[in-house]
Amino acid sequence: MSAALSVDDLHVYLGESHVLQGISFDVPADGVTALLGRNGVGKTTTLRALMGLVPRSRGGIMLAGDDVTRLPTHAVVRRGVGYVPEDRDVFAGLTVEENLRLAERDADPRYDLVYELFPELRQRAAQRAGTLSGGQQQMVAIARALLNRNQVLLVDEPTKGLAPLLVTEVAAALERAAELTTILLVEQNLPVVQRLARDVVVLDGGQVVHRGPADELLSDSEHVRRLLGVHGGTH
Amino acid sequence: MSTWVLLTITGLGLGAMYFLVASGLSLIYGLMGVLNFAHGALITVGAYAAWWFGDQIGGGAWQRLLVGGLFGLVVGAVVAALIELVLIRPLYRRPIEQVLVTVGLALALGALVQGIWGHDAKPFPVPAWMIDTTSVFGANVPNDRFVEIGVAAAVLLGLTGFLRYTRFGLVIRAGVENRAMVSALGIDVRRAFTIVFALGGALAALAGVLSGVYFGVVDPGRGTSLLIFAFIVVVIGGFGSIGGSAVAAVAVGLIQQYANYYASSGTGDLAVVLLLAGVLLVRPEGLAPKVTH
Repeated sequence: MSAALSVDDLHVYLGESHVLQGISFDVPADGVTALLGRNGVGKTTTLRALMGLVPRSRGGIMLAGDDVTRLPTHAVVRRGVGYVPEDRDVFAGLTVEENLRLAERDADPRYDLVYELFPELRQRAAQRAGTLSGGQQQMVAIARALLNRNQVLLVDEPTKGLAPLLVTEVAAALERAAELTTILLVEQNLPVVQRLARDVVVLDGGQVVHRGPADELLSDSEHVRRLLGVHGGTH
Repeated sequence: MSTWVLLTITGLGLGAMYFLVASGLSLIYGLMGVLNFAHGALITVGAYAAWWFGDQIGGGAWQRLLVGGLFGLVVGAVVAALIELVLIRPLYRRPIEQVLVTVGLALALGALVQGIWGHDAKPFPVPAWMIDTTSVFGANVPNDRFVEIGVAAAVLLGLTGFLRYTRFGLVIRAGVENRAMVSALGIDVRRAFTIVFALGGALAALAGVLSGVYFGVVDPGRGTSLLIFAFIVVVIGGFGSIGGSAVAAVAVGLIQQYANYYASSGTGDLAVVLLLAGVLLVRPEGLAPKVTH
């Protein structure tokens, strides 16, 4: 299967800290690949490096065969990469409608899809994003990424801090999004990973320590405990 | 009563100039995180460009003021855009170097103006109507005060409309909150930086032209003195907030005038510093802080 995104020997330093120490992995086209690992192993830094939001000291990033390693963030996005950051990063002083309008890149943004997945956003179009709940802000963040026809979505902990009902709603939205585009997902919630991901990449100490089908890893609770420091048992 | 009216309108005129300078400073810092100490030099450059061009074209005072003023605005915008492109852009994420460069540039531009046109003040073309007075509740108010207030009000409305109703304004408002996320939406925020710098330069030049009308002369030190109060206005108003700058500029202009008259001459500056200290104690983030990241 062709790779939508390929990362080759990527190194990132944050200050003196060598956070990513030569990671390499492929994200197959279509479907969801989950990037897993304990806290602080460099999952968020990986996504930020792919976006060009942190300096990459070495390594290569290919998007559908095109080298995007040296491109600035906005140019990476224009090649078809959508980003849902860990802390949502909605523009608190702008309305929901303005947040979405700012994200428009395509000539015909997919408002139908966005409002189908998150009908609440239509009702709250005139509300300032800063006054929304955490779950509603997450909807705005995901909606911004879905508005355009991206090749790849980078989604960072979309269910973090959400109530169980909202976790289900967000997972359903990502499941629908995965029918339309490739997703690289950072997620701590293993049931969500199991529901969405076809493949997994596990980081530890700034290096890739496991790659393979999601089912294979998640069905082995001892392996999950050793790699992720949590009890698996999702089966 | 007439004295109070005169002081109030004069204070508003002074506040108008502070606002023009502060709005550019505030947007530049809010969006880009750059403390532009060369902003005062843009006031001086704009004022001198207006005076010089007016002198070259000759004609009546109105013609020299309007055409020269327009030229000054263009020069202010172009010089500011060049500063951003050539000097500031390579120094993003290096705030200390930015400060050093903009301070150095302020000194260099000031010295350049003095080197070309000398230390002495130059008489600015002020139409007779602006020197004339209009009676308002018994106070004879120079007409130029109304012009300064009217121009600043128009700029406030224009800027507010620009920020609220245009795509570019949307990018700037979002960038003031979180410029990295604006880039992550596929928007080249560097273009917004250049345009905001150019806009700030044009507004600083406009303040320079109006200060020429207000004081009747242009001199090399005008930009620096206006910049100090504009910085105070920005801190009081909140970085990145145009509305906050407008309110703070009016407050600073009025307090300066009232204190200078009702206390004693020279206490106006002290009163402004006390106001600044009070606001910093009560609301360190200013009256209308930018939304945090």
